[in-house]
Order: sequence, then C-alpha cells, then structure tokens
Amino acid sequence: MSFMEIKDLRVHYPVRGGFFNTIVDHVHAVDGINMEFEKGKTYGLVGESGCGKSTTGKAIIGLEKITSGQIIYEGKNVTNQRRQRNSSYNRDIQMIFQDAHSSLNPRKRVQDILSEPIRNFLGLSDLEERKKINELLAIVGMPEDAKLKYPHEFSGGQKQRIGIARAIATNPKLIIADEPVSALDLSVQAQVLNFLKDIQDELGLSYLFISHDLGVVKHMCDHISIMYKGRFVESGSKKDIYQNPQHIYTKRLLSAIPNIEPESRVERKIERINVEKNYQLDHHQYFDLNGRVYDLQSISDTHAVAKTDKIEGVI
Amino acid sequence: MNPTQELLTINNLHTGFRVKDTYFNAVDGVSIHLKKNEILAIVGESGCGKSTLATSIIGLHDPNNTKISGEIQFKGLNLAKLADDKLNNVRGNDIGMIFQDPLSALNPLMRIGDQIAEALMYHTKLSKTERSHRVIELLNQVGIPKPERVVRQFPHQLSGGMRQRVIIAIAISCKPSIIIADEPTTALDVTIQAQILDLLKDLQAETESGIILITHDLGVVAEVADRVAVMYAGQVIEEAPVDELFSNPVHPYTRSLLNSIPQTHSDNEKLEVIQGIVPSLVNLPRDGCRFAPRIPWIPAEAHEKEPQLHEIAPGHFVRCTCWNHFHFEGEEGGSLT
Repeated sequence: MSFMEIKDLRVHYPVRGGFFNTIVDHVHAVDGINMEFEKGKTYGLVGESGCGKSTTGKAIIGLEKITSGQIIYEGKNVTNQRRQRNSSYNRDIQMIFQDAHSSLNPRKRVQDILSEPIRNFLGLSDLEERKKINELLAIVGMPEDAKLKYPHEFSGGQKQRIGIARAIATNPKLIIADEPVSALDLSVQAQVLNFLKDIQDELGLSYLFISHDLGVVKHMCDHISIMYKGRFVESGSKKDIYQNPQHIYTKRLLSAIPNIEPESRVERKIERINVEKNYQLDHHQYFDLNGRVYDLQSISDTHAVAKTDKIEGVI
Repeated sequence: MNPTQELLTINNLHTGFRVKDTYFNAVDGVSIHLKKNEILAIVGESGCGKSTLATSIIGLHDPNNTKISGEIQFKGLNLAKLADDKLNNVRGNDIGMIFQDPLSALNPLMRIGDQIAEALMYHTKLSKTERSHRVIELLNQVGIPKPERVVRQFPHQLSGGMRQRVIIAIAISCKPSIIIADEPTTALDVTIQAQILDLLKDLQAETESGIILITHDLGVVAEVADRVAVMYAGQVIEEAPVDELFSNPVHPYTRSLLNSIPQTHSDNEKLEVIQGIVPSLVNLPRDGCRFAPRIPWIPAEAHEKEPQLHEIAPGHFVRCTCWNHFHFEGEEGGSLT
C-alpha cells in the first residue's frame, strides 16, 4: 500500500521579456509526473542535468512552488500545507542535500544542528533532547564528542552523515536524497551508500533517490524512473530498466555509462554509435513534433514507457 | 615512426606546498613516462596529488609557496627548472591543457573565436585571415555544428559539452605533442562524457600526440586509457597496462577501490568500504607503507620499511610488498611465510 502519491505534478517557471517585462513563455521544469511511494522501498530518479529531477524533489518537500498537481499523503491532500509548521507532512518528509558542507550552518555546533528538527517537531525536554542527539550520533556511527564540534572539523563523508542524522531526527517516513554521494570520493561514497541501506532496514524508511549516476541508482533502488525534459520517459523496476530498456533515451543513457572492462570497449563504442543512430532515426516514435515526451503507457505490471506507434503528423 | 619513443619523462618529482614555513610534499617522488600515441591515465581519490602532478608539469604553481624538485624531461628541456618566459613557449604550444570546469576556464567576456585565436597569435606566425580559417577548422575538428556562428558567440551561450569542446579546440590549436586533461568530463553528463571521450580518442589517433588523463573515475579509465598509474598519498602505488590493471589488480588500494564501485551489471548487496580516510597533506605518514593505516588487519611485517616499486610482470609495477599477503577483512588467506 502506498502512503504517498503524487498526481500530475507540474512546476513551470515564467520567462519574462519584452518591453513591459511581461511573461512571454514558461519553462516546463516538471511537466506532469505521477509517483507512488511504498514503505521501505527506494525510488530512483535519474536524468541528465537540467531534466527537472532536483526540481521534483524540491517541489515534493515544499521548497519549490507547484504550478498544478496534487500531493496526497495518507489520504489527505497536502499540496498547500507542505511548509506549515506542526503539519505531520513536514515532519515525515525530510531531505538530504548534495553538498553536505553548504547545507550545514558553519556557525552552529553539531548538537545545535541536530537539535533544530527535534525542537521544531518533537517537543522533548532538555534531558531527552540530549539523549536523542547521542542516539542519533550513535546511529550514524560518530563519537559522542562530535556534538561539540563545528561542521568544518569534519571530512566530507562525516559531514554527509551529520546531514543524514539531521534528516532522520524526526523519524521520517520518506527521505528525499538529492545526489547525496556525487560530491564524495569512491571509498567514502561506498560508506555512505552502505550506511543509507542499513538505516533503511532499521527504521523502515523510504527513499526518493535523485542521481545522475546509473551505477549508484542500480545499487540502491527498487523502482527507477528515467526523466527527460521534465517528463518520465520510462519507469519500472530495476530489472525492467537495466535488462529490458524500451525507450531510446534510456538505451542511450545506459550505453554511455563507462564500464570497468577494458576488453569490451570497442564493442561498447560500436553499440553507442548504433544507439545514437537509432536515436536520430526513430525520434518520432518517442517524441512528438515539439520534442515533448509522450505519456507513459504501461507494458507490464511494473514497467511503463513513453512511446507511440502512430506515425508523425497523424496524431 | 618509432612508437616507443618517449615524449615525457618525469624522474623523482617532488612538489611541496608551504604551510607556515614548512614544505609538505603533495607529490612525493613520482617517476612516470609518457610515450607517443599513448593515453596514460592517472587515477586517485581527491587529495592524492594527481592534479598537482599535472600542474607541476607545466609550472602553474605560485613559485613563492611551492618547491619543485626532480626532473621533468621534455624535448631535451628540464621543465622543472625552466624560467617562466621559456616555459611560456611550451605551454599551449607543445603541451596543451584541458581543465575540469569549462566555464571557469573560458573568459566570459571574449568571443569563442578570439579565445581560440589567442593561442595561435602567441605561438604561430599565421596572418589574421589564416588564423580565422584555422579557428573554423579546429571547431569542425572537435565536432561543433555551425562553427561560423559559434566563433561570434560568448561562452555562456554554449552548453557544457560544447564549452568543453571549445577548451579541447584551444588545447589542440597548436598541434601539441602532449595534452594534459585534468578531469575533462567530471562536470559533464554521462552521454556528453561518452562523446567527449570518443572525441579525445579520435583526436589522439589523428594527431599521434600523447595524452595524460587525470581522473578519479575508474570507468573512464577503462574506457579510454592505454596505461594506468594509480596514485595514493602523493605516490604512484601501482602502474600497469589497462587490461592488466583491471584483470589483475594487486595493490590493496587498487583492489579495494575496484571493489567499492557500484556497477550496473553486478548485484552485490554490500559495497566494499576502505577503512579510515585519505590522510591530509600535513598528517601524511612519511615512513613505511602509506596505505598501511587503512588495512590494519594486515600484520606490520608484511610491509616494506621503505616501499619501492617492484616490477611483477612486464610493465606492471607495484609499491610495497604488502600485496603478497593482502586479503580483504574477514577473508582468509595471505599468511606470512
């Protein structure tokens, strides 16, 4: 059973211009996407930069105005209550940011950073609050004396873990992770990813995992959506996407991932060229005359592709 | 043409940065060489000194706060000792450089055409019209559509991939024999990354230059490199031809690193984690095996006192002897004999 649903979410930015600086056009950053979230699952959102994946995350948590569409949380429409204090939505949906360093206030100690969500939402006494902070630090595997330090005293991976501790302070149900590891080194990235999986099992969290790295997404996610120009081009389980990609854009993305097998690199280059050729050739099957992606059509229980069989011009 | 001809030989290079009157070596005794027609990849995590190595080659450091010792032999010159005005004849002319972030590498107030022509003006004796022809030719070579229009545009009008192509055009404008590419695709999307890497490879085959590719992405290395040097804490810890390195990695660091990549075609639940953190420049352990603190379950006797590079197969070098006894934590094997 899903506890949260996003229906036809749209975020459009006005483009101003002309003599009176009137609105002349809109940028369709997010253009009609639907999602459902189940407990304990990880949902991946993949796409190139500028495809609207971060905007989607920000719109869900309420950092971005929604043009139209609905967010249904536990049966209630919370679209306009996303940033209200004391709302359970605000407490249950938390976010981890890409750049851990700039998401932590440099003038606050770790205990002040962690106590902020606790004071906002939980209303604990001083003693309980201190206990809670120690618990959180233990969960993210940091020593207790870390709470008196400032963010600059930590390494990149540790800072990201403080960000995670802050996000899980209010016992959320869904964490939106916007490129949580793309600023980290390989070995540290592995630490943070393993750790995110561990606390997911422990706390029964759901993740919306936003990333451009298809390797990381495959490792983390149960359900993956590929985004292009503000719309989903393909959506399905991990197996659907990686073993049976249907949309030409997904194929193009998958063929572009560098692989750590130097022996097969010539074949992969040939495959890349083929996919690129098909991309130019079959463009009309996947995109309409304005270059817009078609609506998703489900081809199996879990798998949906944006595609049409109609010939261009007849639509 | 002799394919084994060595273009660049670096011998025992040390590059130190001054921190409060003490010099700390970010590059600590690196010896590598680059042949003609070869892509040498230098891999490592941030802080291992790979970019410092690249900038040392063309002398982009502040001379007041850095100390470079060792030899960088290029065409009979020692670049490490060369005066700045002499070095200017090498920079951009014989050695081209591609930077990570194309937007900050380009001048935002100059048209694309003028920026490319600048290097030509400095290093060649072409006339103005010849120069503009050459600029169009270069833009065609790096695959920019409608070059006649692009020469009149400013950097902000181009996309990230196009900007990186312009940077590459500048780097190859004087037909350099060496191109240093410092994380050329880190700021780009995967589809664009694949295009840029293919372009680099094609250009290299065309011009027969040598490329030093600096990156942290082992996938990129496997995709384009001929030979790989893995760096850790300012030293080269393993050097091998690319097939050899990926099929038979031996140094504990290389093996751990390869194990920590989430791969698209494998389904392992848990990623391998390297204990501890990359040591900072100031706290670097200067004696013994520098990777030892991160594999504490390997007994100290396994390490060499002063780790040297050993050749274990033709062209395959490994530092220290600990790889003989290395096994991942929790695994059996590698007993001391």
